[in-house]
Amino acid sequence: MLKISDLHVSLEEEQKPILKGVDLELPAGQVHAVMGPNGSGKSTLSYVLAGRDGYDVTAGSVTLDGDDIFELDPDERAVNGLFLAFQYPVEIPGVTNMTFLRTAMNALCKARGEDEVSAADFLRMVRSRARELEIGSDLLKRPLNTGFSGGEKKRNEILQMAVLRPRVCILDETDSGLDIDAMKLVAAGVNRLRNPTRSFLVITHYQRLLDYIEPDVVHVMADGRIVETGGPELALRVEKTGYSRLLKKVA
Amino acid sequence: MTELDSDFSAREGVDQATVDAVRTVGGAYRYGFSTDIETEYAPKGLNEDIVRHISARNDEPDWMTEWRLAAYRRWVRMSEPRWAMVEYPRIDFQDQYYYAQPKSMAESRPESIDDVDPKLLETYRKLGIPLKEQLVLAGVQGAGETPADGRKVAVDAVFDSVSVGTTFRAELARAGVIFCPISEAIRDHPDLVRRYLGSVVPQSDNFYATLNSAVFSDGSFVYVPPGVRCPMELSTYFRINAENTGQFERTLIIADRGAHVSYLEGCTAPQRDTNQLHAAVVELVAEEDSEIKYSTVQNWYPGDAEGKGGIYNFVTKRADCRGARSKVMWTQVETGSAITWKYPSCILRGHESQGEFYSIAIANNFQQADTGTKMVHLGRNSRSRIVSKGISAGRAQNTYRGLVSMHPRAKNSRNHTQCDSLLIGGNCGAHTVPYIEVRNDSSRVEHEATTSRVDEDQLFYCRQRGMDEEEAVALVVNGFCKEVLQALPMEFAMEAQQLVAISLEGSVG
Repeated sequence: MLKISDLHVSLEEEQKPILKGVDLELPAGQVHAVMGPNGSGKSTLSYVLAGRDGYDVTAGSVTLDGDDIFELDPDERAVNGLFLAFQYPVEIPGVTNMTFLRTAMNALCKARGEDEVSAADFLRMVRSRARELEIGSDLLKRPLNTGFSGGEKKRNEILQMAVLRPRVCILDETDSGLDIDAMKLVAAGVNRLRNPTRSFLVITHYQRLLDYIEPDVVHVMADGRIVETGGPELALRVEKTGYSRLLKKVA
Repeated sequence: MTELDSDFSAREGVDQATVDAVRTVGGAYRYGFSTDIETEYAPKGLNEDIVRHISARNDEPDWMTEWRLAAYRRWVRMSEPRWAMVEYPRIDFQDQYYYAQPKSMAESRPESIDDVDPKLLETYRKLGIPLKEQLVLAGVQGAGETPADGRKVAVDAVFDSVSVGTTFRAELARAGVIFCPISEAIRDHPDLVRRYLGSVVPQSDNFYATLNSAVFSDGSFVYVPPGVRCPMELSTYFRINAENTGQFERTLIIADRGAHVSYLEGCTAPQRDTNQLHAAVVELVAEEDSEIKYSTVQNWYPGDAEGKGGIYNFVTKRADCRGARSKVMWTQVETGSAITWKYPSCILRGHESQGEFYSIAIANNFQQADTGTKMVHLGRNSRSRIVSKGISAGRAQNTYRGLVSMHPRAKNSRNHTQCDSLLIGGNCGAHTVPYIEVRNDSSRVEHEATTSRVDEDQLFYCRQRGMDEEEAVALVVNGFCKEVLQALPMEFAMEAQQLVAISLEGSVG
């Protein structure tokens, strides 16, 4: 489904290489975890996939179902089913959470040539998904992410994912800053969405999240490359021995 | 359904209608058509004969003619104000028409809407203005969509220099409310007009107000008698059609003791590559315990993307909160005009009187706006609140200019000013010029100002969720304006949201 081949990326301003040849294939229905120390390029990978400005793709390719995603604007990638749960969700003052969700949903429906969901049905659907994530209706009425706690922001990202139902979900350190209860909620939210056609790229620092979201494949990233790929046991090994041993191996 | 349900589709953010509107207009000003209609003009230029001609056209009594002439004689000795942060070539006041009316209106004044020239009715139909007495959405668009609660809105339609019709007059008259063209009020209610005309904005007030006093042709007149709550929203819709013609309307609204009235105003003009002059005067009089809510959606033709054409909008709007506990609320959404020079103000004369000013001013391409308010506190315990949201895009310059003045007798008065500017792109400007005068030691004035840019991260976030760039900008900007949008009557709020999106077309990318 999502295929990353020999991807090289530099920061536009400094011409500083961040990704130095990433290869990763994410088939439909699978959960892949990407682990790695700070500065290894994990977040850059997620931003480049979503199409954020400020990065130069100097070599390699990324395809979604065979189509080159670099040909597409960020919103077109979203229309094709790509979703990024942000590490730092953005505040938009004056725009309520509910309005934001509905505007996004309508935009997606329209671009896909589908009928809009009626306001009442949409509201019912959002409420029921929100309940599963223990998001109260007051949070739906508040301006998007404005004054939300760290945990509320992250749960809200998962709510958006549950409402917009993308095919490829990229979670960028969704577990950072979450306490154990919030992490369980987030994980349960992700697990509810797992199905044979949807795939997940779970970027995380710690193995902890992977106790609750069981990955099919674990990749370890260091210095802009994937240095090791394995099953869930790889995450446990990293947790035990730390990244330094792996890094030494690369060097 | 709970409160949230009814709330969220109608009032907030960008609904589908907004997005559709943006799509369908494709960057064009949607009211730019002109009506091909036989028009009678007064001769070009301005002199005492023209002033007399306008007065005669309206069958005015002598006192009115004299009033105009006095203003004219004063005006010829005045010079144009140059202190505003707007630049434009010198206006040749002799190269303008000061009076234009559709020929059909000149021949015989229509008795009712049914007698109005079908071409005029068609113009208003195209603009979405309801001239039939029916339950309709107010304002500049959306006629034909009847809201569930079916509110009535009375409309006075002013086309170039004349009012072509006023709806619901009989029903309003039963409540004692007078709502008619001011030309008619001068003939039929001379006592009221003489008592109040020029009592808020005197003839000598400023260059444009003085010009207006000499040549104003029509406008709306409202009188709400003591204790009456006006049974429906009143609105006036101004349309400039004729070329090289200035529009000089005059509006006078009086809320007598304990009266309440809400008034809406909309404006559009055809797309032309020459500039046109618009110099209106609006006077509001609020007596004891009365309340006036005045909302404007100003959408005069702003000129094209290269800055060619557009309306020069020099407007004097002022309210006199004469009585104790009187209250006036100005709400404006300014998206049109090449030049805007406008400061709706409140003289807070009454004790415990209140003035509020909520404004969204959007300037895109080469538009220039210098707008704000004056809150002059004279009465004890008077209160004022200013919320101004300025948005600049393209190469536009947007200035907030506001005066808050606490006079020695205005003990224990309060003002709060919130003034936010939003910049889109790197070639526009936002300026804030507050004037604060406090001449007693018990009053309090607060001024908060912010300037921000539409944040790349916000736009990326929206686009990652599927919105294209224009939808994303419209959403962020509507959020920025929300406090003011909420102050508008609901039908206007929806229209204003759409306008916000439309007027920022092409501002990104």
